[in-house]
Amino acid sequence: MKKLTLPLAKQQIEELHAGDSVSLTGVILTARDEAHKEIFKHLDNSLPLPFELKNSVIYFAGPCPAKPDKASGSCGPTTSARMESFAPRMLSFGVSAFIGKGEMNEATREALKKFTGVYFAAIGGAGALYGNAIKKCECIAFPELLSEAVYRLEVENFPAVVAYDCRGGSIY
Amino acid sequence: MRKINTRLIEDAVYKAALHAGINLTPSCLNAMESARLSEKNEAAKFALETLIENSKIAVAQNMPVCQDTGMAVVLLEIGQEVFLEGKLLSDAVNDGVRRAYKDGYFRKSVCDPITRRNTGDNTPAAIHTEITAGDKIKLTFMPKGFGSENMSKLYMLKPAQSVQGIIDAIVNTVKSAGSRPCPPVYVGVGIGGTFDTCAFLAKKALTRDVGIHNPDPTVAEIEKTAYRSINNLDIGCQGFHGTITALGVSCETAPTHIAGLPVAVNIQCHCVRCVKEEI
Repeated sequence: MKKLTLPLAKQQIEELHAGDSVSLTGVILTARDEAHKEIFKHLDNSLPLPFELKNSVIYFAGPCPAKPDKASGSCGPTTSARMESFAPRMLSFGVSAFIGKGEMNEATREALKKFTGVYFAAIGGAGALYGNAIKKCECIAFPELLSEAVYRLEVENFPAVVAYDCRGGSIY
Repeated sequence: MRKINTRLIEDAVYKAALHAGINLTPSCLNAMESARLSEKNEAAKFALETLIENSKIAVAQNMPVCQDTGMAVVLLEIGQEVFLEGKLLSDAVNDGVRRAYKDGYFRKSVCDPITRRNTGDNTPAAIHTEITAGDKIKLTFMPKGFGSENMSKLYMLKPAQSVQGIIDAIVNTVKSAGSRPCPPVYVGVGIGGTFDTCAFLAKKALTRDVGIHNPDPTVAEIEKTAYRSINNLDIGCQGFHGTITALGVSCETAPTHIAGLPVAVNIQCHCVRCVKEEI
């Protein structure tokens, strides 16, 4: 298993191959359907976002509320295919990686090649295990969206598999 | 006649919801364990091991097994000798859901379909009632995640398409879903009825324990044939390839019109969560 510290440098992304098991440590940002719509509304109207997209890792996920003794509730990946209409443009704004579950479309894979990005598959359904990999969770944008808001997560040893690499390789 | 206060139903829903969000059904766990033992594909096997470990963490730490704690699907089979008193039945069910999703720290995943504004408390539940014989109430609580629900389909087949058409509909639905619904999936199938009752039969089929076949041998044969074909699709756990794409196929039937053959395929991910109680 490759241990990766986030953010990822382009060179690190180039060294990843579809099928590699990885363990991620660092900062990731959650965004689901509604958060993507909000992000695009901001970009379309040239409004500043309260976080940086450049070099960010976007996790398609919406956590359960945290119990008082935990940093986060259960927080596994959601189906990435719903975000594929947003993915190429997110990469063009500097997003370096996505984490989700399941296949994404050809346009996303082409954009990963063009912008040297990577798509990690987390294990869908492993919500409790991923919740425990989150050491800090903070809502940083669109709190009215509740679980669909953007959360800044500090993760340690977050297991995933390289699903699409930056050369067009695929685990699917 | 037996009087039942709907407060009892609210409490039963509350308890069932709290349990269901954290615990996979025993039959699902057995099927996952068998899958882990028989899967040869390394990546799929790793994913299955991770998921089994996750289910143990969920129970040990009282955490939702999956963050998608679902829309609450509630089936109530109410004996016709029961007299319900107290608050409105649907209010009782929704109050039970509301309390459980708050106290269990479950995700609230229900929103307006147009504005997408979250209702904030995971209500309303999808409530189905059936009137049966007797003076008891059978409650089935099933939180339904939408990664898999989204991959479900309803077909209005021609009668000429017959059994092969039914099997093709089931297998093609799983095939086109691919890696997206969190395979290995449990496949609920409704055969017959009308457009609406067929979809409900598919949902009801998912409340049957994984691995138990329909008592009608013809229907059981459809389940077995579809199951084998699905596991030859090489989708595998999480879409990582392999021999275990489905944990099971469960079909329920109802008489239909001479002109039609409705088939509904309701996909359930590997997190089969279902609690049954009798009041």
